[in-house]
Amino acid sequence: MTVDISGASDESAVLSALPPLPPPDEVTATRHIESGRYGNLRAALAQLARKPVFIIALLYVLFVIVSAIFPSWFSTGQPYATFPSDVMQSPSLHHLFGTDNIGRDLWTRVLYGSALTIKATLLAIAIGLVAGLSFGIVSGFYGGWVDAVIMRIVDTLLAIPALLFALAIITSVGYGTIPVALAVGLGVIPGFARTTRAEVLRVKTQPFIEAARASGASWMRVLLRHILPNSWGPVVVLAVLDAGVVIIAIASLSFLGFGAPPPASEWGTLISAGRDYLVTSWWLSLLPGLFVALLVLSLNHISKTLQELER
Amino acid sequence: MTRYVIGRILQAIAVLWAAYTVAFAVLYLLPSNPVELQLAAAGVDPGSLPPGQLHAEEAKFGLDQPLIVQYFDHLGGFLHGNLGTSITQDIPVSQVIGGRIGSTLLLSLCAGVVALIAGTTLAYLATYVRVKPVRLFLSRVPAIGASLPQFLTGLFLIQFLSFKLDWLPASGQQGWQSLVMPTITIALVTGSVLAQVLMRSFDEVMRQPYIMTARAKGLSRAAVQLKHGLRNAALPAMTILGVIAGLTVTSSVVVETEFTRQGVGSLTQQAVSTQDIPVVLAIVMLAATLFVTINLIVDLLYPILDPRISHYAKAA
Amino acid sequence: MTATLESSRARPGAAGPIVEISGLDVGYVRHRKVRPAVLGLNLSVAAGEVVAIVGESGSGKTTIANAIIGLLPENGRITAGSALVDGVETVGAKEKVLRTLRGSVVGLVPQDPMVALDPTQRISNQIAEALRLRGLRGDEVHPEVLAELEHAGVPEPELRARQYPHELSGGLRQRVLIAIALAGQPKVIVADEPTSALDVTVQKRILDHLIRLVRETGISLILITHDLAVAADRADRVVVMQSGRVVEEGDPHTILVAPREQYTKKLIAAAPGLAHGGQLAPRYVVDRGTLPAPILVLQGVTKTFRVTSPTGGHYDFQALSDVSLKVPRGQTHALVGESGSGKTTALRIALGLEHPTAGSVVLEGTEIAGLSWGKQRPLRRQVQIVHQNPFASLDPKYTIKQSIIEPLVSFRIGDRKARTARAKELLDQVALPTAYLDRLPTELSGGQRQRVAIARALALKPNLLLLDEPVSALDVSVQAQILDLLTELQRELGLTFLFVSHDLAVVSQISHTVSVMSKGRVVEDGPVAEVFKHPQSPYTRELIDAIPRGARALSADPGSRTQDAGPADKETPR
Repeated sequence: MTVDISGASDESAVLSALPPLPPPDEVTATRHIESGRYGNLRAALAQLARKPVFIIALLYVLFVIVSAIFPSWFSTGQPYATFPSDVMQSPSLHHLFGTDNIGRDLWTRVLYGSALTIKATLLAIAIGLVAGLSFGIVSGFYGGWVDAVIMRIVDTLLAIPALLFALAIITSVGYGTIPVALAVGLGVIPGFARTTRAEVLRVKTQPFIEAARASGASWMRVLLRHILPNSWGPVVVLAVLDAGVVIIAIASLSFLGFGAPPPASEWGTLISAGRDYLVTSWWLSLLPGLFVALLVLSLNHISKTLQELER
Repeated sequence: MTRYVIGRILQAIAVLWAAYTVAFAVLYLLPSNPVELQLAAAGVDPGSLPPGQLHAEEAKFGLDQPLIVQYFDHLGGFLHGNLGTSITQDIPVSQVIGGRIGSTLLLSLCAGVVALIAGTTLAYLATYVRVKPVRLFLSRVPAIGASLPQFLTGLFLIQFLSFKLDWLPASGQQGWQSLVMPTITIALVTGSVLAQVLMRSFDEVMRQPYIMTARAKGLSRAAVQLKHGLRNAALPAMTILGVIAGLTVTSSVVVETEFTRQGVGSLTQQAVSTQDIPVVLAIVMLAATLFVTINLIVDLLYPILDPRISHYAKAA
Repeated sequence: MTATLESSRARPGAAGPIVEISGLDVGYVRHRKVRPAVLGLNLSVAAGEVVAIVGESGSGKTTIANAIIGLLPENGRITAGSALVDGVETVGAKEKVLRTLRGSVVGLVPQDPMVALDPTQRISNQIAEALRLRGLRGDEVHPEVLAELEHAGVPEPELRARQYPHELSGGLRQRVLIAIALAGQPKVIVADEPTSALDVTVQKRILDHLIRLVRETGISLILITHDLAVAADRADRVVVMQSGRVVEEGDPHTILVAPREQYTKKLIAAAPGLAHGGQLAPRYVVDRGTLPAPILVLQGVTKTFRVTSPTGGHYDFQALSDVSLKVPRGQTHALVGESGSGKTTALRIALGLEHPTAGSVVLEGTEIAGLSWGKQRPLRRQVQIVHQNPFASLDPKYTIKQSIIEPLVSFRIGDRKARTARAKELLDQVALPTAYLDRLPTELSGGQRQRVAIARALALKPNLLLLDEPVSALDVSVQAQILDLLTELQRELGLTFLFVSHDLAVVSQISHTVSVMSKGRVVEDGPVAEVFKHPQSPYTRELIDAIPRGARALSADPGSRTQDAGPADKETPR
């Protein structure tokens, strides 16, 4: 179907006319048209700025990341300082998350415990992204037996559940941020590889690729300047989503007892330790748990919003 | 068609073999001798033992052989149903697992059924309902469900349903009551994942022109969604079944530990703590086999269910 | 003003119009505002009448179709007016009421047969569904399914009923859709561009059949189309729409011969089939003997594709068999054919994007068949391509300027300043304002994007342009502009064109010589004037006859209805 404005006698009439009406099967609203090289970007940012829940989610994620690097900005206490007189206090203004069985301020411990998880998460996502993107691009671009082999490798990575793989590594090597990040990162690769490959395949068959080739562009140019810029959208969406998945995986590992040894206060370790006191002091487990859950929820929401933007 | 079937089966075997190799490499190549680990965990310094004894222990588990031999030994063992010997308990791994697999299977099946029903219903409703706020709410629920960590939901459930309301037991595996909370904890995630995939699939399908054709005949929205929407949406969503199986398996590790159930999941946690490598290897391979098998079944079923593939027109 | 079920049944055989629309406003909600799509529509369709609604995109014609059947999309709103269908008010009516009208009073024949049937259900089921809604049960259903299929002109109905949609050709699928619409025994059928997605010969057969069925049964037909010639050929009354309003209305003869409105005149002038009083008037007349030397020669080209079926089997598909053609320098040579004729494959082989299985391709004296891409690269500067789909032939992330100068960048020609200057020059040549340089493709219309594609193709100053259906995705009025532009460029720059199209009317406007292709072979070739006026091959004759040219309307007296095309010629099953 065509979208020309009929009846316009000259170009300026077309220019000043509204964008054409959507054909009946276009139910989704299209975004503002902004012009220029970064028009798409500006339009996207403008749209995002109008979504309050998105902004809140983004701020929360930023808060968690910043507090992981500079926990002292958000808490005056020390993670290992005990207040014997304030043992097992429920949350109050003085102790935001309450205190634990030996009087440590939980809020402080949560903040200081973020660092390890955040580090491991970033590393895992980086591994997954770099490896997955490479696999996906090579696979989608070359096709043929290269594609087949790479997809089988990806299948193998998929066959072993990431958590079990991480557990296997921990069995051999014991806990360590790098081995855990590696294990979880490997589990995340297949998603990136498949998504990237699908995008590359989708873009590769578009006429503008052929037009570029026909006007003398080398395959390298086509790959770097046309295929990649048009493919990375869904990858970003997936990266944010997978960050949430990775955080849950890493927290689960420390919950199971395979986190950094005490007195480090990783989230999962805190939650697990609080299990014994669940009946009387629910805040010991549930507040750190909520902290993590909100983080993952925020990441999910950001991912979903970005995805809807894509369309 | 037979080419396709044979091809897929060979692929599945190749992937399983590769998975075995990777798992074996991780567990056996990395610098630690399982027996020494055991001794260290028990507080015994390996160096203090008489030289022969250490060697004898190792020989008992086949650990004195070169790695390649161990590799093939174990592989051969797996193919014959011999899953090795547990280093901590000195009994066949198959026995260790066998005693606990019933509990896990039961939980997995319950969770699977609940997830299937709940996920499908939710996706169906979210597509059918026209009232905007309700629709928005329904479509957001799976996103939340899929994001909640299972160790958290389990604790929440225990806190409210066990401690506050005293309706259900907080641990153990006696009676159907003990199944309720673990099932909900697992199904919340797996059902949400299924719901999300189905919703997206439904969305796409309901936009298709053939839905319009069906409505133009005079069918109600409900009838159209059921007769035309469901089948077309369910087909591509089938591919998610393998992922859901994998998720159920990993979930059971956390959930069984949390609810103190004696299943393969909690066994995994114990085996990793005690660094009982043969057990871990066996469990990993079991999980991989499950995943690969389900994917294979889906891959083989799909062409049969999709007439576009099974009825390939030669005259087109 | 909602009607109840009772009142809708209490009017058997009402003598009034089947469809009576007055003052109808329809809009779509976007960004919380209602954007109007149809304004103040007044339309009346009597029993047994054939009314054609003609308009380009954005005219609102599809919106009307959806509104009549009560199936506007989620964000569609009827903001004013009334629409009576068989005496029942549909504006503001409850879904239950609308449902009683759908199928049994109003039937829909949708546009694209390739996606309008449920791919996972057999044909018989899909027709049976409509029959059951009519009230048939049990044993009565199947024989009736076969009867409806036969009625719609589907050969071998027992076989087809058992099959799935993907096993049928486009034309057969459309007949099935007609059967479904008729199965409900409606009083009026709304046909939304029922044949635009089909080849022109198939189009003619199906439209003939549809009109005949409608006349036989006394059903009214609302035919929605962008093609004024189709409308004029088939309808009792033509309604011309633009931007949501009715521009002109009348019987076909008057509309074509004495149009009142400017827009109608513009549509007629722009439609290649109508502009010359229904005759195919070739723009260029050349003599076969005095053609200039060819810039491109295909000789005995054969191309076989290895196709894998989804279940893993292989079979060979012969796209081209022994195709030979010459493209004379400085002129336009057309490749004409329907889908599956191989014309696009031939074009791609000429460009070097595909290698022929056999045969030779000589470009500017150099054999390029079998030449690797690297070796072909110097020749890239001589030959460029313009694609069919203007929405996918420009990288959505590239500004217009970046798209146009990319060929220069690839060949490292000139520096930044020189390239910018050249970009401005090229935009001038295709009559686009230089302000467009910094825009993105999403801001441009289809016709404008096609101009950009042409500008890009000219960047390297090639001698030969390959054009793959460059105007078929555009509105008729824009088509004319692009064709004029191409003609002018050919004159100014001495370009040679190889022009692929399925539309003979378009071809006759721009080409000097033509090769007619069918099923991978060249069935006829020569100067356009010769081939179109005195076609030698029966296939060419069939193609020419199938063109809707409003001939009937132009020759007929106003008010009379001449008989439609002859006995039902069954479509050959695929």
